[in-house]
Amino acid sequence: MAMNKHSLPPGRYYLSGNEAIAEGAIAAGCNYYGGYPITPSTEIMERIEERFFETGGVFMQMEDELASIGSVIGASWAGAKAMTATSGPGFSLMQESIGYAVITETPIVIVNVQRAGPSTGQATRVGGGDIMQAKWGSHGDYQVIAFCPWSVQEAYEMTIRAFNLAETYRVPVFLLTEEAIGHLRERIEISGDIEIVNRKKRPGAPPFGTKEDDGIPPMPIFGEGEKLLITGSTHDERGFRQVSSPTVQAKLTARLSNKILDHQEKIIEFETYDTEGMDMLVVAYGFTARSARYAIEQMKAEGKKFGLLRLKILWPFADRIVHDLGTRVKKIFVPEMNRGQVAGEVMKYVGCDVVSFAQTDGEVIHPHTIMEQLRRLG
Amino acid sequence: MARDMAKYLRNKPTQFCAGCGHGILLGAILRAIDELGIDIDDMLFVSGIGCGGWIPSPNFNGDTLHTPHGRAIAFATGAKMFNPKLKVMVISGDGDLLDIGGNHLIHAVWRNTDLTVICANNMLYGQTGGQFCMTTPKDMFTQTTTRGNPHAPFPICEVLAAAGTRYVARYAVTQPFQLIRSIKKALQTPGFSFVEAVSTCPVQFGRRNQLESPSAMLKFLKERCISRDKARNLTAEELQGKIITGEFTDG
Repeated sequence: MAMNKHSLPPGRYYLSGNEAIAEGAIAAGCNYYGGYPITPSTEIMERIEERFFETGGVFMQMEDELASIGSVIGASWAGAKAMTATSGPGFSLMQESIGYAVITETPIVIVNVQRAGPSTGQATRVGGGDIMQAKWGSHGDYQVIAFCPWSVQEAYEMTIRAFNLAETYRVPVFLLTEEAIGHLRERIEISGDIEIVNRKKRPGAPPFGTKEDDGIPPMPIFGEGEKLLITGSTHDERGFRQVSSPTVQAKLTARLSNKILDHQEKIIEFETYDTEGMDMLVVAYGFTARSARYAIEQMKAEGKKFGLLRLKILWPFADRIVHDLGTRVKKIFVPEMNRGQVAGEVMKYVGCDVVSFAQTDGEVIHPHTIMEQLRRLG
Repeated sequence: MARDMAKYLRNKPTQFCAGCGHGILLGAILRAIDELGIDIDDMLFVSGIGCGGWIPSPNFNGDTLHTPHGRAIAFATGAKMFNPKLKVMVISGDGDLLDIGGNHLIHAVWRNTDLTVICANNMLYGQTGGQFCMTTPKDMFTQTTTRGNPHAPFPICEVLAAAGTRYVARYAVTQPFQLIRSIKKALQTPGFSFVEAVSTCPVQFGRRNQLESPSAMLKFLKERCISRDKARNLTAEELQGKIITGEFTDG
């Protein structure tokens, strides 16, 4: 399907990651934004506020992140393609309602431009410490989808895909980017050929039913006479609260997870570089993967054969490719801007050594740092 | 003439305890909607956590959104702003709307968001077993004020009226006709409107304050409620413990 008339016309643009996310959202058909200012994500809401005057979208600056995500979920049920953007502290505040979006199967997009934490930490400095929070931040057990772009180009494209996957799977989708990508300016190419997915509707169908082949029920909206019962309590296929039935609780929680896990091969995206005949594997994502790619390229001159697995989607985790590549090397190196969150995940799926390189100084990991580390490891 | 009120209800019994005042409020809300001839399919009922949140969900036979604790107004704001054709009513408890959700209430008032908010005030946290909240009358006993509540109830209607809310009223479930009339007025008011419905909770509030029976709780409200007109002539001392009812602003 072609892009909508409000998208940036095809061509080359020079944008920051945050600006590209705002434009990606508009290209995807985003027509509701609820947010609260927070460094280093604020440029997203600033650009959306201005652009929505042209697109007719509804922009709400809310009183806090609890309200931001609440309004986004309310708007989604009113028929909007809705988004919010934030950073670590705001992301923490949103966690309760992220769980609500999961259990009510509400398609929403949440951008987290990660900064250095914990707590207020260093608001203007880069961090990557929210990977596990994105997976497990809300209480209970569930599956979500999380993208992690390594460039401004990808920030634009992944925002569009985040909306598409949210609508396809009726699930909150995260764009876990980093301050370094949010504030990086680079040239991007905008194509005229973009696939846009709109939500599946079937009047009268149970909104939380399980009859669909793919485990994903169609989604009605308010005001259509469907007499919807939307609740964060455990509910049956029509939305009636079932707060003590083990059967309903078991069925719902299993379906909420399985509707993602059963499609993970379709959802997961990654790239491999130089993995044929490699001596060692590097697993990286986001900005760090840029440095890793450059470092590996440079070290070819030293006769070293390093392969790179770049994760483009962090959740659901790319367990199969990690496992397969792990059988071909003795060691895997995982540089991250956190204390080893993805390294721990890699360890779950491989039998070889996993070496975590954790840098949490509010700086990006430079190529020379990765080269030094790789030389040490052989 | 009997009205067909059953059409507004899903075919399920309510979950309220015997003697709960929320059933009276539930009836008052539906009668107000019926008397105004509003099509329930044009409405959206948003509620939070607690007994008050169960008034519309799942009882009302229309679109309902039962949200996390304290967030009803925030969720309602998103739905209303995206689709202004929806007539959005928020119905929730005092703890939900005022204590944990107070910031959203203040901001909805400030934005003058077109919402009708009905606060089902049972004077404490009922669903969690009866702890005090900011509407609990002074000196009353609850699970967490075992030697009496040291605080006076927060005068939410007075505060919202002072902040410029176009329609604000407080009535008790012992005043059903005034309650219906005020909910009708709130529904007809463009922009933000607020009705505080003081309700009864014999199970959690009553049994710790020698008001176990539903009738004792209703009597308690009748004795405490005083109209704004009458209250004007009383001293602060005489007003101690009174619940001032009436319209605080009117359009």
